[in-house]
Amino acid sequence: MTTAATSATRSLPPPSERYTILGWLRKNLFSSLFNTVLTVVAVAFIVFILQSLLRWAFTSAEWGVIPANFNLIMRGRYPAAEAWRLWLVLYLLGGAVGMIWSLTTRQIGTALLVVFVLPFALMLVPFFSWAIRLNLLLVEVIGIGGYALGRYLPIERRGRAIAYLLIGYLILMLVVLRGFGEDANTLPAVPTTLWGGLLLSLLLAFFGIALSFPLGVLLALGRQSQLPAIRIASVIYIEFIRGVPLISLLFMGQVMLQLFLPDGFPTIDRVLRALVAITLFSAAYTAENVRGGLQSVSRGQHEAAQALGLSGYQTTMLIILPQALRAVIPVLVGQFIGLFKDTSLVALVGLFDLLGIARTVLANPDWLGTQQEIYVMVAGLYWIFSYMMSYASRRIEEQLGVGKR
Amino acid sequence: MQDIHARQIRPPFYRDERVLSLLSQIVVLGIVLGLGLFFISNMIDGLSEKHSVAISFDFLRQTAGFDIGESLIDYSRQDTYARAFVVGLLNTFQVAALGIVFATALGVLIGVMRLSPNFLVNRIAAIYIDVFRNIPLLVLLIFWAQAVFLKLPQVREALILPGPIFLSNRGVAVPWGVPTDSWSAYLAVLGAGIALGAGVALVLRERGKRTGRMPFIPLWFLGTVAAVGLVGWLILPQPLTLDRPFLDGFNTKGGQVLSQQFLALLSGLVIYTAAFIAEVVRAGIQAVSKGQREAATAMGLTPTQTLRLIIFPQALRVIIPPLTSQYLNLTKNSSLAIAIGYPDLFAVAGNTILNQTGRAIEVFALIMGTYLSLSLITSLLMNMYNQRIRLVER
Amino acid sequence: MKSRAKFNKTGMILSMVVGMIIAACIGPAAAPAVVESDEPTAPAMQEEAQSTLSIVQERGELICVSNSMLPGFGFLDSEGNFSGFDTDYCHAIAAAVFGDANAMEIRPATAKERFTVLSSGEGDVLVRNTTWTMSRDTDLGLNFAPTTFYDGQGIMVRKDSGVMSLADLSGASICVATGTTTELNLADQMAAAGISYEPVVLETADEVFNTYDAGRCDAVTTDKSGLVSRQTILADPSAHVILDVTLSKEPLGPAVRHGDDQWFDLVSWVVFATILAEEHGITSTNIDSFMNSEDPNIRKLLGMEGDFCAKIGLSNAGCFADVISQVGNYAEIYNRNLGPDTIFNLPRGLNNLYTDGGILYAPPIR
Repeated sequence: MTTAATSATRSLPPPSERYTILGWLRKNLFSSLFNTVLTVVAVAFIVFILQSLLRWAFTSAEWGVIPANFNLIMRGRYPAAEAWRLWLVLYLLGGAVGMIWSLTTRQIGTALLVVFVLPFALMLVPFFSWAIRLNLLLVEVIGIGGYALGRYLPIERRGRAIAYLLIGYLILMLVVLRGFGEDANTLPAVPTTLWGGLLLSLLLAFFGIALSFPLGVLLALGRQSQLPAIRIASVIYIEFIRGVPLISLLFMGQVMLQLFLPDGFPTIDRVLRALVAITLFSAAYTAENVRGGLQSVSRGQHEAAQALGLSGYQTTMLIILPQALRAVIPVLVGQFIGLFKDTSLVALVGLFDLLGIARTVLANPDWLGTQQEIYVMVAGLYWIFSYMMSYASRRIEEQLGVGKR
Repeated sequence: MQDIHARQIRPPFYRDERVLSLLSQIVVLGIVLGLGLFFISNMIDGLSEKHSVAISFDFLRQTAGFDIGESLIDYSRQDTYARAFVVGLLNTFQVAALGIVFATALGVLIGVMRLSPNFLVNRIAAIYIDVFRNIPLLVLLIFWAQAVFLKLPQVREALILPGPIFLSNRGVAVPWGVPTDSWSAYLAVLGAGIALGAGVALVLRERGKRTGRMPFIPLWFLGTVAAVGLVGWLILPQPLTLDRPFLDGFNTKGGQVLSQQFLALLSGLVIYTAAFIAEVVRAGIQAVSKGQREAATAMGLTPTQTLRLIIFPQALRVIIPPLTSQYLNLTKNSSLAIAIGYPDLFAVAGNTILNQTGRAIEVFALIMGTYLSLSLITSLLMNMYNQRIRLVER
Repeated sequence: MKSRAKFNKTGMILSMVVGMIIAACIGPAAAPAVVESDEPTAPAMQEEAQSTLSIVQERGELICVSNSMLPGFGFLDSEGNFSGFDTDYCHAIAAAVFGDANAMEIRPATAKERFTVLSSGEGDVLVRNTTWTMSRDTDLGLNFAPTTFYDGQGIMVRKDSGVMSLADLSGASICVATGTTTELNLADQMAAAGISYEPVVLETADEVFNTYDAGRCDAVTTDKSGLVSRQTILADPSAHVILDVTLSKEPLGPAVRHGDDQWFDLVSWVVFATILAEEHGITSTNIDSFMNSEDPNIRKLLGMEGDFCAKIGLSNAGCFADVISQVGNYAEIYNRNLGPDTIFNLPRGLNNLYTDGGILYAPPIR
């Protein structure tokens, strides 16, 4: 705090001092006695943490558990014979990401490089078979293809193009993964009971986000509505859901749902039940975040839209919502990350998501006592995806210039 | 243009805004109520046909028959389900209250570190935030319970810190005060101290308003209370005796034991929530415009005064609402205790009681009602506080 | 006033959209129920509930509620397959119903959700190391098929703790799984003996033993079979000892819902058939040599005499022969999952045939 007050009065040192390593060290680490003490403590702390971590990772950890259970961790009990469908989904994902990227930004930045280096980096994982590496290469090639294709699309229509792309992708993915009938020759059905591991976690997150977002926006608008019945219904829903833990909704879905349905009603898929609980839960939070955005749109915007003769629907869709959503992108992404992390709770109701699979691996007599390795890996996987999302959100923020206009 | 038209002739009813709005509300209400009735009637039918049981909370008066690992009140297996429920509720309260205190302290520390001009300190805070915000709490809790606390030494090889404090994979045993006869008298002294402190604070505030030099009142208040407390402690014959833990048989005896499950849950919640609170604090401090700081400096306020009188009160206004939701999240997240075996409300009621009685609907109604009222009370309190510190707009 | 009117319109559109979405949500789910009522099975459904067997046959596979985390009885291996003693009985029922032991699917359930899963109709049969108790048999609306595994609750402690009996456990921490009869038995026994202890209640068996092995608890309690099998996979198996006390009787067996006697009979007789097969020495490998047997008992069991499979609603006369040839007799099932060739090496004890000193005794097929 002190430096901020005094730095205004201090004149800048000559460039040579600012840009030498020594100058940098002095300015950032040893500018005062207090600062020096802080630096020493911080260095000690970092050395201690790194040392214990590295010692554990390279001497006592038994990493063999991960390659041995790799398939289980990635796709759960999804049959090996149908695993090519997962690759197909990944190819499509690569293409879609490439296309969306080239539609949102036309310059090749470091972020792009990171995304494109990722599959190559994955190919270096030592225990991967050549088939996996080849498939990763294909994902890469298709991704680049998608990027190139995206450059030919007119940038003016990119919003719509991205929306269609995403919706199309979600539907296609579901069809490929789920398959058609029991006896279909092409794409036989793979029941959701066999879905698991990272696959299930990602799917729950994907569809949770895709479904809870529109529902949340509707609820937010409902809460702002002038019609009392709609407003009150929205408020009750939002406050109720926000007041209870997600785990209670998941338990209700798994344990009690059947009680609320008439006799002889077909059993609802367990994954679907979890998805519905997650969606309903997340929608209430989305609604509150979007409401914040709606409140930030000034009244003048309404009045101006009306003066132009726009209908209520047009005002909402064309004027209010775009501004409101733009204002809350960081919050929304934060919440989507939360949703992704919350999918881990389905492990507590007996689904084999990433965490659930980790727990079954630990029950396997061959791999008892490998809690640290398994959970570090699980945490790492969750971290990578969450971090990528927050990274992408920062990019979008920059793109849209939130906070700059 | 349509509107001009509409004013001249009365529109047909299907275009009349009032009729339509009424209709649409009736439709929505009808759907909501209809769905609700549909579910409830199914439930009642199903229950009466399949299991011939009606909704009833009578089971709460029956004997529970199971033991609970830790409890703030006396509890044994002969007690009722209702008492078991209360035990769970109190455990939830305990972990939530302590969690809020520690998470706030750690969160503010990390948040301030994040703004430190020291590069390393700044980076450590940034990495902390980036790591723990992006890992699911459940994974963190399970990791903490199974891969950290369980790997501590066993109780017979416990680490004995001065105190003595026993640190083992059963938890931590610390020395604890046991009230003696003079404890109630001491409590009265403390009460008097608080009253005196409040009086001092009021006087100082009035004087501060007159002279324009406002002292740091909370410090004076706490100082007064502490002084009175100290004097009382010296005068009265030992209001508390120290009960030291010692190793006996299987476990430590005496003192206060914080179990491994409790510690794992608490530390998991604190570490996770602190990362979010740190971001809230950072954003709050950064939200105070630079001009405020510069103006304060220009007026001759010291950096500490600037922080205390200018920056912090304004930052607080931005911080309180998101902080409230973090507190609520922490309380609700404590229900994940079920994964690591701490007997909180959800674990006791949603797991053991439900499993024994099979009364899913009643038990869930109780659980959800409890969490809902907890949430509503917390947000009510925080809203009141928020009203008080809000910018007065004219 | 004007802006209000505009907002109203938004509200109306919204309410319509909400309504449509809600309608869309319940639409597809409700539709199959309507369609079904046109099918021939519907009138029967209105008079009496459709039989479990016909539901299973229509579906084409058995849904078996079982364990996924108890090695030896039911757990998920690295290849993603379920295996274990209980899982094999699921296979056996599927073999009887469909003539195909793999026409079944495991619905993994935790201890606390297993009964709801069964009673809500999500599963057809519960084979998940479930203890037969009176309250479960009555209150929870279950019917227990014959016991497949006679067990008893035991306690395991560290050898160096010097504990010889329950009374020595005063003040100890005891690890136990939640939602099981074990938890209640422990509370009852300790209260009866007037011993105070600290229960450490955990969610899964895996966590219970991991926590015990780490030294968090002085003792661990569960069914003796579980103790024996888990002891072999502790860090140092020889450092632990199972006390010579039995806290309770734990007969484990398959369970079905109340109200469908035919299905109950079917499940019961599949279990008996495996025991009878062992009695007669019929195994999955030598079953063919028995096909010409003159022994009327064997002929009835293998479906060459009488129409016993029809009595449990099955058209396939060789329903028990399918069970034996595809899954095996009791001894095979036991040895495959718990026997000397497995890491558990669990002595059969009570689970021997009555002729060998055990209490397995199946009524005759006649």
